[in-house]
Amino acid sequence: MATYQFIDHKFDVVVVGAGGSGLRAALGCAQAGLKTACISKVFPTRSHTVAAQGGISASLGNMGQDDWRWHMYDTVKGSDWLGDQDAIEYLCRNAPAAVYELEHWGVPFSRTPEGKIYQRAFGGMTKNYGEAPIQRTCAAADRTGHAMLHTMYGQSLAHDTEFFIEYFALDLIMDEGVCRGVTAWKLDDGTLHRFQAQMVILATGGYGRAYFSATSAHTCTGDGGGMTLRAGLPLQDMEFVQFHPTGIYGAGCLITEGARGEGGYLTNSEGERFMERYAPTVKDLAPRDMVSRAMTIEIREGRGVGPKKDHIFLHLDHLDPKILHQRLPGISESAKIFAGVDVTKQPIPVLPTVHYNMGGIPTNFYSEVVTRLGDDPDKVVPGLMAVGEAACVSVHGANRLGSNSLIDLVVFGRSAALRAASVLKAGATQPELKPAMTDGHIARFDKLRNANGSTTTAALRLEMQQAMQEDAAVFRTSESLASGVKRLEAVQAKRGDLKVSDRGLIWNTDLMETLEFENLVVQAQVTVVGAHNRTESRGAHAHEDFPDRNDKEWMKHTLTWLDDATGAVKIDYRPVHDFTMTNEVAPFPPKARVY
Amino acid sequence: MVELALPKNSRVQKGRHHPAPAGAKKVKTFKVYRYDPEQPGNPRWDTYDIDVEACGPMVLDVLIHIKNNVDPTLAFRRSCREGVCGSCAMNIGGRNTLACTHGHEEIPGKECQIAPLPSMPVVKDLVPDLTMFYAQYASIEPWLHTKTPEPQQEWRQSPEDREKLDGLYECILCACCTTSCPSYWWNGEKYLGPATLLHAYRWLIDSRDEATGERLDALEDPFKLYRCHTIMNCAQVCPKGLNPAKAIAEVKKMLVDRVI
Repeated sequence: MATYQFIDHKFDVVVVGAGGSGLRAALGCAQAGLKTACISKVFPTRSHTVAAQGGISASLGNMGQDDWRWHMYDTVKGSDWLGDQDAIEYLCRNAPAAVYELEHWGVPFSRTPEGKIYQRAFGGMTKNYGEAPIQRTCAAADRTGHAMLHTMYGQSLAHDTEFFIEYFALDLIMDEGVCRGVTAWKLDDGTLHRFQAQMVILATGGYGRAYFSATSAHTCTGDGGGMTLRAGLPLQDMEFVQFHPTGIYGAGCLITEGARGEGGYLTNSEGERFMERYAPTVKDLAPRDMVSRAMTIEIREGRGVGPKKDHIFLHLDHLDPKILHQRLPGISESAKIFAGVDVTKQPIPVLPTVHYNMGGIPTNFYSEVVTRLGDDPDKVVPGLMAVGEAACVSVHGANRLGSNSLIDLVVFGRSAALRAASVLKAGATQPELKPAMTDGHIARFDKLRNANGSTTTAALRLEMQQAMQEDAAVFRTSESLASGVKRLEAVQAKRGDLKVSDRGLIWNTDLMETLEFENLVVQAQVTVVGAHNRTESRGAHAHEDFPDRNDKEWMKHTLTWLDDATGAVKIDYRPVHDFTMTNEVAPFPPKARVY
Repeated sequence: MVELALPKNSRVQKGRHHPAPAGAKKVKTFKVYRYDPEQPGNPRWDTYDIDVEACGPMVLDVLIHIKNNVDPTLAFRRSCREGVCGSCAMNIGGRNTLACTHGHEEIPGKECQIAPLPSMPVVKDLVPDLTMFYAQYASIEPWLHTKTPEPQQEWRQSPEDREKLDGLYECILCACCTTSCPSYWWNGEKYLGPATLLHAYRWLIDSRDEATGERLDALEDPFKLYRCHTIMNCAQVCPKGLNPAKAIAEVKKMLVDRVI
């Protein structure tokens, strides 16, 4: 094996990832006087938060009366009662302050005539506990994520966060159950680095690219989730994968739910606005899992549009072109480029497309990573936090509501920083790192760099993506999931036969894609195993052999551990927090989820 | 007379040719700039004969096709593949643009040349070093400066004032404009370049910002701003349809306005 030398760094906090949640966490830690590093495999403004379109939810009440309790009710119901209600309370009551903070930093929100932040309607957001749709989603046209991310990066430059850009994080440095830092590979000079810290905050995003067609960026490979599994820690609720109803047919690019929030609607081949049948009260503004299922049923029953009758139309052509220009300029451009459609005249061809991972690294509402240890289902893992899509707090439960992810990023990014500031002492002495803690990291890196089998990373990745796409889709069956488990096992078995062609260390994207694939494949596997194991239907997990929600047996979080060497998956559970954080709101007991 | 010549190691040489697979239906040749800092030798042009019917419609689809099926060693940045992250900016058919939103059909002829963004040091293949570009962006303090104590809720901004940010805030920092600017090629270390100046104007014109004077002071310099000679390449190439040259002109006007 080649010899590798680590370059050492020591910080109070190391944040891995520079999207919305990573930047917010890093900023808060720096503000609190902690020596903070933020490492990212892409320049911060290229993180996938940039692609978020429709908006960020908060009960500001700018468009009429609103209440954070209504937002909380909607989120609990949207989660199909798998969300932790204490965390959801934390999210919703802190949401308005988080949005005002973003505005004070300079986010160019769209405005109401009085000069307040403009809010639009979004799926599953209602007033007075489900009565009718409400305008709660704060928007900067249809480029809210872009506006937020650029503003937050600018704000970070005003503070003392040290950025390590285009560093690829390899593995967590674990010391008998305590996280002591992270190792990383610097792409532009090929050096390896050891970042020691009192606290590592994983803000690495989702693993959408485990599927063949996803709205997610190429870089959404869930690197933090892969690192967590390799560290012997579990992931939670991985079977819940959100399909966004309106990905552009073919290209998979996102068309915001805000398009329906502004009055757009879906039609089938008969020109029928079919959502009226599935969700009579909120129609096209039903939550994403329900709209995606409705579209899939329409297509299955032969009412899809196009020559192959395999997609659905989204109409915006009845809307005032001025409104489209003002509020939906980005998707108008996307529809033109990727579907050749002029939205003022033609409908957009759309299809449910993988969009978001409700599951992730389990945390409490302080953003501390937790695991199950014996009888303790909430055992905190010292030195490790997770935020954003990488984490499972769990505020989204079995199905996330649109615009609840951007608010999740900033509220829990902030909560992580507050917690770090309260439990850490700036500059505290840290124990010496031993080579044994990182020998495995180097061995894995070197093995993949020199992988000389017969299967290219691209070929094996495609095999995984096709299995996920076909077997863990909008609707699942025992048969499809059993097939998915088998196919993923076959992919696992071929990992030893991988072939990497580039042996270099500088910007070796062949190796980087292989490291990313390694992170994807373990998460794909726990996703299908978790889905196969959950014999009920809840939120985004629609199991046709078990079409009903079964609260008695399944109102619990799935935890999955994976043995990286053998590929064996172990399953256990954590109870759902059906209690609130304070007495200012009563928990919402489970009931039928109709809209 | 002075003789000007490129340094020997920067001459791009002829590279490897990858023929089309048997049975290819519609072949187009992609001539791609290759440079590996870990190998001896000059940069080279590799040519790939690609069956474009086997790829998606965009140049990025072709590059990914090459990486997945022909040559996994090819290095380029990419992420969102929908024109919002700015990662895959490169010089395609002689013009800076995003590979993900530029159709390969749009390039006339049988051959398409793909090179890294001009004027920046090349790290590897199509990956330029953008360190200076980012440092210049940071130099204009791209965050809201206020002195008035913050309100409990949002700063009020009228829809008309908000509209002034349209055409500015959409910038994705892809560097297509800056690296297409001859003035920047010449004075890149001192001239801030179109992207950074567009952002400078974005904060100058934001009705909430209270540091207009300081921001203008920082730009009043023979090089930072005034090296814009309205060549307009920036507006020509911006993949988001923005007009940095106009923003620069507005900044110049603000500087004049405050003197008279």
